[in-house]
Amino acid sequence: MGKLLIIRISFALQTARWRQTMVAAVGVAFSITMFITLLSFMAGLNDLLDGLLLNRTPHVRLFNEIKAPERLPINLAPEYQSHYNFVRSVKPKMERLQIHNIAAIIAAVEKDERVLGYAPKIGAQVFYNTGATDLTGLINGIDVTAENKLFFFSDYIVAGNFNDLNTIPNSIILGKEIAAKTLTNIGDVIQVTTSKGDIRQLKVVGFFQSGIQEIDKVQSYASLKTTQNLMGEAGSYITDLQIKLKDLSMAPAMAKEYAGLFETDAVDIQTANSQFETGSKVRTLISYAVGVTLLIVAGFGIYNILNMIIYEKMDSIAILKATGFSGKDVNKIFLFIALSIGISGGIAGLFFGWGLSAIIDQIPFNTASLPTVTTYPINYNPVFYVTGLVFALITTYMAGYFPSRKASKMDPVTIIRGK
Amino acid sequence: MSQAAPILEARNVSKYFHDPLTVQVLKDISFTIQRGEFIAVIGKSGCGKSTLLYVLSTMDTDYEGDIMLEGTILRGKKDAELARIRNNSIGFVFQFHYLLNEFSVLKNVMLPGLKKGDSSEKEVEHRAYEKLRILGIQNEALKMPNQLSGGQKQRVAIARALINDPLIIMGDEPTGNLDKKNSDNVFDIFSELCSEFGQTLLVVTHDLDFASKTHRIIEMEDGRIIKG
Repeated sequence: MGKLLIIRISFALQTARWRQTMVAAVGVAFSITMFITLLSFMAGLNDLLDGLLLNRTPHVRLFNEIKAPERLPINLAPEYQSHYNFVRSVKPKMERLQIHNIAAIIAAVEKDERVLGYAPKIGAQVFYNTGATDLTGLINGIDVTAENKLFFFSDYIVAGNFNDLNTIPNSIILGKEIAAKTLTNIGDVIQVTTSKGDIRQLKVVGFFQSGIQEIDKVQSYASLKTTQNLMGEAGSYITDLQIKLKDLSMAPAMAKEYAGLFETDAVDIQTANSQFETGSKVRTLISYAVGVTLLIVAGFGIYNILNMIIYEKMDSIAILKATGFSGKDVNKIFLFIALSIGISGGIAGLFFGWGLSAIIDQIPFNTASLPTVTTYPINYNPVFYVTGLVFALITTYMAGYFPSRKASKMDPVTIIRGK
Repeated sequence: MSQAAPILEARNVSKYFHDPLTVQVLKDISFTIQRGEFIAVIGKSGCGKSTLLYVLSTMDTDYEGDIMLEGTILRGKKDAELARIRNNSIGFVFQFHYLLNEFSVLKNVMLPGLKKGDSSEKEVEHRAYEKLRILGIQNEALKMPNQLSGGQKQRVAIARALINDPLIIMGDEPTGNLDKKNSDNVFDIFSELCSEFGQTLLVVTHDLDFASKTHRIIEMEDGRIIKG
């Protein structure tokens, strides 16, 4: 009963000034709209930019790096333990790039609960022969199915079919820039020279475009088997094991763990691509800052309208108090006005924000570097909507707090006697 | 509470204004109001009669001495408690009607009743119609306040004061804004309320003609009661 009455009175006061109330609500709605749109758009762009690299980057990569040995025999010998041993001109020993004991590693990784999936890979240095010149290049031998599942390989194929790598022997998918340089078409045969000097001919079954020109100029893809043949290596020859985790944040710890366990080198995604994370963090921060600023401006609008209503309705406040409404009741009436402006404006803002994001989502956005993207990216994360509404309520409450307190403290006697 | 307790009693009430200088506006005022009395408070401007009314009404809490409503001391009660006392036990009629323009006449009368919250909205509405009928304006119930004449508005304000069947009605120059005919009308209503319903009334007025027709006149001068 009492609550309902307060709600009725606050509605009556609002309708008496519905135009100003409307303007205040529109202010809130506008700021929430922009807040949602800005964050959705920013997050969409962030996802796009991160995805550009992170999607194709394994969370943990196991490999074998050629480097000088860390533990020298002299340091292991018991009689030289208490000495400082200086060894000059230490060189890496003759060693193959392959990961040792790959079958056992794969079996262990497969059993690991934290692992989403893995894809073996071979990196093979080659020269693409075109006419009289050679172009340096890198052929990635991949497990086509696993690569596609984990790293969305097919997204970057701009011509041809990636499955042909499996079905057609000695086939290759060329980077788009290489194809353009060597004037190769699908169905043509390209000649490559391996690092050991062997010359092989591979059939071009497709082109890929990663969006990063440096990659498209150098890299090509072939199946594991084709690459192993090319290198003259056995079926166990794998140079990289790419692992995707269920939880990305565990990558640094797991990289360390695997490096120790399997005695290989391991690098995690955070170490390999730290600049991307920093970039997205800063962009998100900026969009939140702009969104909150908009809301604070809207809050001042609400503050103004409430102050105006209070000055206009001083008589009403006085008589309400004289007839038995306490200061608390009056306070509640004005807070309710503030919050109803906030809620109605906020919810309208959520809808408009969603609508505006949906419109932006339809605007064509074609760029050569991003073959899979056709419209501006939008991230419809519900967190933005919840945050927007919560912020709207907090700012309107703050904006309503001081005017409401003023109204509740107003002395009816001075108003009535002033007449 | 015993039947004999006066409705309202003031014991040695004093009040000071401190701005800009400390001035004593009420000087040691003591009197009692019995049930069913119709009292007029008269005096020159600035003699403190309105101040006395607001102190008695619980709206002004800055005074010395004691005020008792049906034997209950009002000093030291909280804002919310005093608001409830005003709601239940005191009806106000001011010089200006103070109707809320956003609500119909009926709703204006009902508001204090709804605030009291001890009966359903239907019952409050029924009571409001009853009060409006007593004041002869039941036909205006669904109009908005700005569609009424000044005299009618003041009658609506009286109906609003009556809605919770208060112990006492306090008037601060209730006829101050009205012409002779409407003033008489309001007086007739007050005296009818007193004689027929046993309503206690305390009215501050300048209008000596009005005052002379009441049961008891309290005359004030310079912050003291000099007669009554």
